[in-house]
Amino acid sequence: MAGIASYGAYIPLYRLNRAEINSAWGGMFPVPGEKAVASYDEDSITMAVAAARDCLKGIDRNKVDRLYFASTTSPYKEKLAASIIAGALGLRRDIYAMDFAGSLRAGTNALRAAIDAVDAKAAKYVLVTCAETRLGAPKGDKEITFGDGAAAFLVSSTGVATSIEGSYAIFQEFHENWRSDKDTFVRSWEERFIREAGYTKLVPEAVNAALKQCKITVADISKAAIFAADPRLLGNVAGKIGFDAFAQLQDPMFMTVGNTGAALPLMMLVAAMEDAGPEQRLMCVGYGDGCDVLIMKTTEAIEKIKDRRGIKRHLEAKKMIPNYLKYVLWRGLMETEPPPRPPINHISVPALWRDREWGLSLTGQRCKKCKTPQYPPQRVCVICQSEDNFEPYHFTDVKATLNTFSHDNLAASIDPPTTIAAVDFAEGGRIIFNMTDRDPEEVKTGMPLEMVFRQVHYWEGIHNYWWKCAPIRC
Amino acid sequence: MAAGIRDKVAIIGMGCTKFGELWNKSPEDLMVDAFKELLEDAKIEKKDIQAAWQGGPEFTPGSVGDSALPLAQTLKLPFIPVTKVENMCASGSEAFRGACYAVASGACDIAMALGVEKLKDNGYGGLPEFSHYATIGTKHRIIGANQTAPGMFAMLATRYFNRYGISPQDGKKMLAAVSAKSHHNGALNPKAHLRREVTIEQIVNAPIVAWPLGLFDCCGVSDGAASAIVCRADMAKQFRSDPVYVKSLQIAATSGEEEMYTDYDYTHVETTTRAAARAYAEAGIKNARDEISMAEVHDCFSITEAVTMEDLQFSPRGKVMDDIMSGRFNLDGAQPVQPDGGLKCFGHPIGASGIRMIYEMYKQLQGKADKRQLKNPKYGLTHNLGGIPYRSVVSIVIVGN
Amino acid sequence: MVGITSYGAYIPLQRINRKVLANATGWSTSATSLPGEKAVANYDEDSVTMAVGASIDCLTGFDRNKVGGVYFATTTPPYREKQSAGIITTALDLRPDVRAADFADSVKAGTHALLAACDAVKAGSEKNMIVCAADCRLGRPGSAQEVIFGEAGAAFMVSDTDVIATLEGSYTLTYDFQDQWRADGEKFNRMWEDRWARDEGYTKFIPEAINGLLKKYKLNIKDFAKVIIPCIYLREHQGMAKALQLDEKQVQKEMLTTVGDTGTANSLIMLVAALEDAKPGDKILVTSYGNGADALFFQVTEHIEKAKNRRGIKKQLASRKELTNYDRYSSFRDIAPMEAGFRGEVGPTKVSMAWRERKVILALCGARCKRCGTPQYPYQRVCVNPKCGAIDEMEYYRFSDKKAKLFSYTSDSLAYSVSPPEMYGVVEFDGGGRFAFNLTDCEAESLAVDMPLEMTFRRKYVDNVRGIHGYFWKAMPPRA
Repeated sequence: MAGIASYGAYIPLYRLNRAEINSAWGGMFPVPGEKAVASYDEDSITMAVAAARDCLKGIDRNKVDRLYFASTTSPYKEKLAASIIAGALGLRRDIYAMDFAGSLRAGTNALRAAIDAVDAKAAKYVLVTCAETRLGAPKGDKEITFGDGAAAFLVSSTGVATSIEGSYAIFQEFHENWRSDKDTFVRSWEERFIREAGYTKLVPEAVNAALKQCKITVADISKAAIFAADPRLLGNVAGKIGFDAFAQLQDPMFMTVGNTGAALPLMMLVAAMEDAGPEQRLMCVGYGDGCDVLIMKTTEAIEKIKDRRGIKRHLEAKKMIPNYLKYVLWRGLMETEPPPRPPINHISVPALWRDREWGLSLTGQRCKKCKTPQYPPQRVCVICQSEDNFEPYHFTDVKATLNTFSHDNLAASIDPPTTIAAVDFAEGGRIIFNMTDRDPEEVKTGMPLEMVFRQVHYWEGIHNYWWKCAPIRC
Repeated sequence: MAAGIRDKVAIIGMGCTKFGELWNKSPEDLMVDAFKELLEDAKIEKKDIQAAWQGGPEFTPGSVGDSALPLAQTLKLPFIPVTKVENMCASGSEAFRGACYAVASGACDIAMALGVEKLKDNGYGGLPEFSHYATIGTKHRIIGANQTAPGMFAMLATRYFNRYGISPQDGKKMLAAVSAKSHHNGALNPKAHLRREVTIEQIVNAPIVAWPLGLFDCCGVSDGAASAIVCRADMAKQFRSDPVYVKSLQIAATSGEEEMYTDYDYTHVETTTRAAARAYAEAGIKNARDEISMAEVHDCFSITEAVTMEDLQFSPRGKVMDDIMSGRFNLDGAQPVQPDGGLKCFGHPIGASGIRMIYEMYKQLQGKADKRQLKNPKYGLTHNLGGIPYRSVVSIVIVGN
Repeated sequence: MVGITSYGAYIPLQRINRKVLANATGWSTSATSLPGEKAVANYDEDSVTMAVGASIDCLTGFDRNKVGGVYFATTTPPYREKQSAGIITTALDLRPDVRAADFADSVKAGTHALLAACDAVKAGSEKNMIVCAADCRLGRPGSAQEVIFGEAGAAFMVSDTDVIATLEGSYTLTYDFQDQWRADGEKFNRMWEDRWARDEGYTKFIPEAINGLLKKYKLNIKDFAKVIIPCIYLREHQGMAKALQLDEKQVQKEMLTTVGDTGTANSLIMLVAALEDAKPGDKILVTSYGNGADALFFQVTEHIEKAKNRRGIKKQLASRKELTNYDRYSSFRDIAPMEAGFRGEVGPTKVSMAWRERKVILALCGARCKRCGTPQYPYQRVCVNPKCGAIDEMEYYRFSDKKAKLFSYTSDSLAYSVSPPEMYGVVEFDGGGRFAFNLTDCEAESLAVDMPLEMTFRRKYVDNVRGIHGYFWKAMPPRA
């Protein structure tokens, strides 16, 4: 039977105190807590890569047969986001990479499809990633409640940490939250309607049907990771189903992250798996245009994957965004004076394509003779001068330290100053990167660094991704 | 059958504004204008009015205002009962019915009805698309076809021509004769919206609005107000020597059969047929073709008037073409219809039209119709249709000396 | 064995000759000399309505209650957040506990969905799944894409019994290759230089995927009765076939010159065309292309003969109407803003009502009186039959699949329409029931009392104030 062999998650470093939003708009709707905010150079693709890297820790990436990516906020409408993620992760090229979209259930849709693929023996290892950066219009309730985040699972029939016992789905055609093809911001109908006609009706219906199908009762569930846009509604639903809200419900992270859309139930499942021991029953409930329920049971193997950053470590490692304006600028919600700098260079698509391996997956090479790693790939070794005698070498997960840096106030940036860093890798090799997710005050030579996948340019509808360095998150 | 209200109620005064595109008149102006004429005509004072009804579906949302308070406030009615009624295009008749029933019941002695509509604040000609406002429940906004009033009535013509084997050319000529007659009458009426004679040829060759209906097959879209004051029949002569008596007052609303059940033939209007039969019984009329002297019918479109002649038993089924072409309904014909120009030329401010029709009958019966005056009319009939052929409410009023 | 048990297609009625498009601006592009025509969705069609059209064709003779899931693939969904598969499922009047999911972002998402549906059936999760794909991609006026892109939909039923073509295997390649793209928030596709796109992508990835599949399953290209290669470039399509040493009869005929490049539906409509002509024992190789390439390998069974009464490709290709005017085309696709007038303003959609009435609106279900048997639309609680009048003795009755005829009609130049005159009429259903519907895909001059009609799912309006696409049914003359 298929199950989850590994998990990973990603929560952006930055958090915005909801009080900042509230005070920017006159203090009318005090909502407690904070929300996780993707940095200016992050989007659904980069966050999915981060969660997938967390999930694939210690796992041979060549094993991955398929990559399913789910999001309602893919940067493209036509261009496979999963192909960019697969490229960044350096996965094999003969893998099925698919995008699931259109619904807040896209995450659980993809997870169920992955389980099918493994059960059907069509694939051995399916990597499922889901990330969201949904926007609520400024001054609205969704701006306050939405957060950004990502989760990833490796689905397989071997080394299973939670084994899938059953699943159930119902759909309901209605507009509760929606975003048309022309919209930037999510819209929604009256809260009372969503609550009465949708959430508090559909979730109990689907959960009870799933329990019945698995021939178990509510009491058999150790933790239920149920999508919740609002924790009060979750309490209402839990009461209807008969869950003990304190003991059995997974925290929907409303106070710490916010509503991460399609990624929320998967992130909650990651959090539940972090705390779970063997032989515990978990439930994951996706919601949006209907309801998906998955019931699973943990195995002994759950103990072996607890070194992930997951939810807990990502939650702890955070920085506050000082003010609302910065959030507005990061999300591109305000037109600003262009920098007095020449416009960015024309992106050459064929050049990106030629360089896809060393560009997208940060694959350099190592000289077979003197063993020196180098980047970008060379034909002549920088150290021993031997020619065309190299093997591929991946820099993304190698230990690195900061050799030197500069904070550049002239370079155009949404988050000035632009921090330029010369990074030395543990086994050799040096690359000049931009540094992100850093506090300029804390940048010191010799500090340990890690590589992060980020968006670097946007030109003519092309989202251009590459790697940056960042202080080690946690 | 109940006794009915024949000769229990009398009309002792009426008022009607000029209809038209009255860009400078507010709904309040229209109400005051219609009210002023009414007071002068009836020679009563405001304090004599014991109850009032305001009619109007308000097809320009937000123009007149909700409830009956716009009428009460605008006319400064002294804390009397005032009620607003709405039955689509038949709303004016509905207000008149409210006033008549109040008097007939003995609840009050003198009551007023006033209908008003301000259509020309919409920003376009005609009425809104019918799917854009719900005639039954909100779902009709979506499941109702994207259609307009002329189109829905045009489907009567399509089926009428098909059933009686009339070629489109002949059919259009018949419909043109209906409109030409109303244009002739409207030209004689200083209060009418459209006052120009047009030829059959002009009508037939006009641009098509909804096939087979062309521009001149459609009535005017107007602003206006009309009012009536009624009292107990036995009191009427205290106010004037020539009151007009209500002979019958009937209304029929669709059961939904025409729209959803498959018996309805689309060559007539069922509600007209039903209301007319009841009205004739109430008024004691045996043969409508011979006994009704004149009529103002709801000629929102030429085809509506044509089939209405059959529904009212003025013409035998399938034979209205003969009567139209022989001029039976012309001002000098045997049974004049639309002597004031009708909706076609007098205009159609929705909420006012039902009372405007009665206004013409009232003036004709009093011999005050000027160039349009008919010889010795006895019974006048008005026919006020709300809705569309297959989802309608029809009000019939018969008045006489 | 798991595979395809039924197929269906939807090709819109209207076609535009490529000369009309190329002459509109007169600009020279790589597609200026591309021959033939392309299929153009009517102004009231989009990827969702075409997927419904194809699915209805696919469901011919099938019990809709048995469908357990709907997978929909498109790069042009009406919503970015709100499931399109859910709209399709509701329009098809399927069970509420079906599994619905949207596959997106790549023009090979159609084969993704097909494969995932096969997984679900093979894994025992579902018995019967509908896979549908449709696209309505836009090229900027004067661009090569505008000339190349066409619009169509395809649908398949995937099950494990009475399979007409079993899925025997698949192979895939994923490349982050930027040849065609459209960023979020953009209306028109963008494309890098086509010489690069076809020489470095199209003509390399597809052979690579085919060879990968042949190697994986130890097959020879000659084993296949038909090989489907989506056609984006006419000459390279022929060139690739030659390079793969395919006999002419092995090559599934391109549909670029008849329908156009239909995105996620491109390979799938060709697969429908192949199945129409397939014989038991045939092996069919399907490839799809977009940020890589997929290769799927099907084996046709003896059940193929049972599935031949579909409209499919041949009949719908033959049933066509020429669109001779570029301006009409551009107004259909909302490329040139049109004056709607105040009359054309759409009132705000009442979402709670649309939800409550979803079966009546999207599934076109009325009621049938259990006492007198009268079908009636919309759903009534009190029977409309004057001789009956029963209260609450109703059952749901689906009108969308009933044949009908036109009782009366008009063509209306006053009503706002993207394609005036607006046409509508009273539609009388075989078996009872009547209601007034808009008419589409026909000419005002061709309307006649008693003409036969069928129902078609269309986009009735777009509420730009609330960002809502309003769908409903219209009536049209039967296509084929």
